[in-house]
Amino acid sequence: MRVLDKKLFRELWGMKGQALAIAMVVAGGVATYILSASTLDSLERTQARFYAEYRFADVFAQLKRAPESIRSRVEEVPGVRHVETRVAAPATLELASYSNPVTAMILAIPDGRQPELDQLHLTRGRLPAAGREREAVVSDAFAAAHSLAPGATLAATINGRRKVIEVVGVVLTPEFIYQLQPGTIIPDFKSYAILWMGRKPLEAAFDMEGAFNELALRLERGANPEDVILRLDPILAPYGGLGAYGRKDQTSHRYLSEEFRWLRMMATVFPAIFLGVAAFLLNVVLMRLMAMQRGQIAILKAFGYSNAAIVLHYLKFTVVVVAVGVAAGIGVGAWMARGMSQLYMEYYRFPYLDFAVSPAVAITGALVSLAAAALGTLHAVVRATKERPAVAMQPAPPGDYRVSVLERVGAWGRITQPTRMIIRNLERRPLKAAFSVLGVALACGILVMGGFMNASIDYMVFAQFKQAQRDDMTVTFVEPVSRRALHSLVSLPGVHYAEPFRVVPARLRYGHRTYRTAIQGLEPDGELRRLLDAQLELIPLPTEGVVITDYLGDTLGIRPGELLTVEILEGNRAVKQVPVVGLVKEYVGLSAYMDRRALNRLMREGDAVSGAYVSADLSNSSRIFSELRNMPKVAGTTVRRRMLESFYETMANQMLTFAFFNVVMAATIAVGVVYNTARIALSERMRELASLRVLGYTRGEISYILLGELAVLILAAIPLGLGIGWVLSAYTVTSFATDLFRIPLVLTPGAYAFASLVVLASATVSSLMVRRRLDRLDLVETLKTRE
Amino acid sequence: MVSSALSETQGAGREPVFEARGITKIYDMGEVQVHALRGVDFELYAGELVVVLGPSGSGKSTLLNIFGGLDRASGGVVRFRGWDITHAEDRELTQYRREHIGFVFQFYNLIPSLTARENVAAVTEIAEDPMEPGEALELVGLGSRKDHFPSQLSGGEQQRVAIARAIAKRPSVLLCDEPTGALDSTTGVVVLEAIERVNRELGAATAVITHNMDIAGMADRVVHMSDGRIGSEERNERRKDPRELHW
Repeated sequence: MRVLDKKLFRELWGMKGQALAIAMVVAGGVATYILSASTLDSLERTQARFYAEYRFADVFAQLKRAPESIRSRVEEVPGVRHVETRVAAPATLELASYSNPVTAMILAIPDGRQPELDQLHLTRGRLPAAGREREAVVSDAFAAAHSLAPGATLAATINGRRKVIEVVGVVLTPEFIYQLQPGTIIPDFKSYAILWMGRKPLEAAFDMEGAFNELALRLERGANPEDVILRLDPILAPYGGLGAYGRKDQTSHRYLSEEFRWLRMMATVFPAIFLGVAAFLLNVVLMRLMAMQRGQIAILKAFGYSNAAIVLHYLKFTVVVVAVGVAAGIGVGAWMARGMSQLYMEYYRFPYLDFAVSPAVAITGALVSLAAAALGTLHAVVRATKERPAVAMQPAPPGDYRVSVLERVGAWGRITQPTRMIIRNLERRPLKAAFSVLGVALACGILVMGGFMNASIDYMVFAQFKQAQRDDMTVTFVEPVSRRALHSLVSLPGVHYAEPFRVVPARLRYGHRTYRTAIQGLEPDGELRRLLDAQLELIPLPTEGVVITDYLGDTLGIRPGELLTVEILEGNRAVKQVPVVGLVKEYVGLSAYMDRRALNRLMREGDAVSGAYVSADLSNSSRIFSELRNMPKVAGTTVRRRMLESFYETMANQMLTFAFFNVVMAATIAVGVVYNTARIALSERMRELASLRVLGYTRGEISYILLGELAVLILAAIPLGLGIGWVLSAYTVTSFATDLFRIPLVLTPGAYAFASLVVLASATVSSLMVRRRLDRLDLVETLKTRE
Repeated sequence: MVSSALSETQGAGREPVFEARGITKIYDMGEVQVHALRGVDFELYAGELVVVLGPSGSGKSTLLNIFGGLDRASGGVVRFRGWDITHAEDRELTQYRREHIGFVFQFYNLIPSLTARENVAAVTEIAEDPMEPGEALELVGLGSRKDHFPSQLSGGEQQRVAIARAIAKRPSVLLCDEPTGALDSTTGVVVLEAIERVNRELGAATAVITHNMDIAGMADRVVHMSDGRIGSEERNERRKDPRELHW
């Protein structure tokens, strides 16, 4: 090893604490980047492979019922390569081991073989054999939730007829990577199942012989889905077509896309902050090192080392520190990413996970860190090499100080010399002080942001699922029925009250913007389903007009008082202009609400209802559920409590895991910045402090000078950090808002207090470490060493 | 003549401020042990000015640091006015430096962020019966420069501020470690004048260590050290005025 390199390593070893703190911040940046980028990368690769291998369709359509002969007309649409028709039948299931109601969608596959599109990946068992009427395969998520294996039997009620089904296989499909019951927003693998049966038996059970009610298309390469949809919709409309849609509106695909978008954001914002802070720290530390090595640099130059050689020598310092950080970051990031991906796998059902930290991701992380650090270093090193050797070999002159502004203004009465030293030091290098404050503030900000998720999710649950929706369970009917059907619900044991609703699929249009959703007809003075504004105040539902989700108003660009065009996609397919009369604050989905009777009038139908919100005592629920299963009109039942459980088990769990990782990383930054700031201040002031000790100052008194300055920086950083945290949180909330999901910006005093406490705690720990060094200050040695 | 006679009477009639008996100092450097002091007996009396001469490595700085409570002897006893400082606790040593000792170093060690006056005030604020910072600066001839920062002062001026800072607490002892080491001859003389004046007017027992033989002339007593021992000791008949010195 060359002598210079030896020198480098010894010096590094001498300042290993600081080097480690910087490496930690670099590692934090790299780890967050690897976490997000690798998770994203792996999921996207897995998705693409799964889509291709199992022929995920390009366009989807649902309709009421069309004869199979329509198929040839669809095939003639330009751009269409392949058409797959199928039957989809809603059903309810009975499981011996599970008392809550289970709703299912049973899909038809060609008898005895794979469909052409949206093919099934068998994880266990086999496909239903041709001619075996009772055989079915179930979705993997549902099978896992109930530990179902081939050989298990289920009782299914299809179209009011009970049928015993034998499970012969467990499958996954690109169509339901995200498996969600229509009309809900949270996956509940226990209460919602997808089954596949041979087409013939399903047609028979659902009275769909020679007909279909779902359509999937594969397009020619380069064909525009929008063009195809424009031609497809008129063909299907007479058969109760609900409007075709492309992949981007396919539920599973959409949720995945949203998730990927979120990951992509995480892969940029956080690493940028971390690496920025690391670059700043390296700059400050290197500046300090250069100042201490002034004489040595001069001697090296006197020996004939070129400036370039010296710059290179100190860049190696950076490279070593960054390399340690990058290696640790990649390791920790990969470990976290694997954990995160596995978490995703629990409710994004892929047959396999193509998990790998791709070299591209790792190299990008390393290069960006290195570039940030080198940028921080170069400034310091180049400045150091500019000094002429003869001058640099002299002891450094005393720092250039002046009377501080605060003193000149006279804001301070009598101040002691130590306090004066603190103020002047801060004022002398305001930029450095500002950077230290900014570094700590950024860490504090990330902590606020990490903490805000908790409160926001709790608030969202409170507002959406406790205040707006207050039913114990929701019962949906197979078809709209007369309001009189409610009597059978109310007469169930334990049921107190049932409140009807009508749901109609519709396309909403304002100007050139459209949105496909459902219009929900509610009881105007309903108790179980209420429309609330941001302050949780009740919004009245007038007898005319429509109330829409506030975010839907923004999406369509429509304001209360303006006319919304409503195209009903069911029954009479009415197209009408309805005034928007209010905006409702909702965090999940986009909906339009009307007085149920007004909706009935719009549909030109009688007192029809699609289902009911039910308030019931569910302590004896199994009886209620079993009676509900026996009602032929009931398509499904959703239990509110079960839905919330599912929410916390899946989505909340995943978000909070991410938030937790961020909090850990942010605490790392906080410690890294605070410790380095303190250590740099210590090495800069060691001589001064030793002099004061010699003059008779106690350890406590000199600690005040150093730690007092640190305290000022920290106290300035915390409020700034809380502000940054608010901005970051607001930014997150805004960029995360979609029609599927909107997180409210709820920043509780708790989130602020948590962030402040973590910063204060890391400041305290750093202070104690520095204080320990101050206590060990070797007065004789320090005073001997000349700078 | 007069001052020499005075020091004789002091030496004979009074208790020494410092009394060191058989002090040794061994630095344990891992594989080797460095014997910095090998049994030194030494007294310093009130009001006298002693110059300790010796080449570098002779142990003179170590001796001074032990007297000043910055370092501990490995063996032997050092008493300050009868109090054994070799076994004092760290806190007691801090208090001891605070009350009794004034230090002057080769490289001044001023606080760069404080003006000349404030550097002195840093000491007077924690002392019991200090003089006014301005008064201390007048004593070293810097009355007109008291609001300047160290960066605005020459080396000699900085050293005189250091002396003012050392004496402002009215210490019983003034310890100077190569006070002119970083200065040219002319500036060095001005600094020595300040030390001499402080010793004369305040009566602080003063020890100046140096390797510069020419400074010996201003002392009451000159102690030669080499290799961790006191080699010889002599008294000057007359303390020379620093202005008579040059090198």
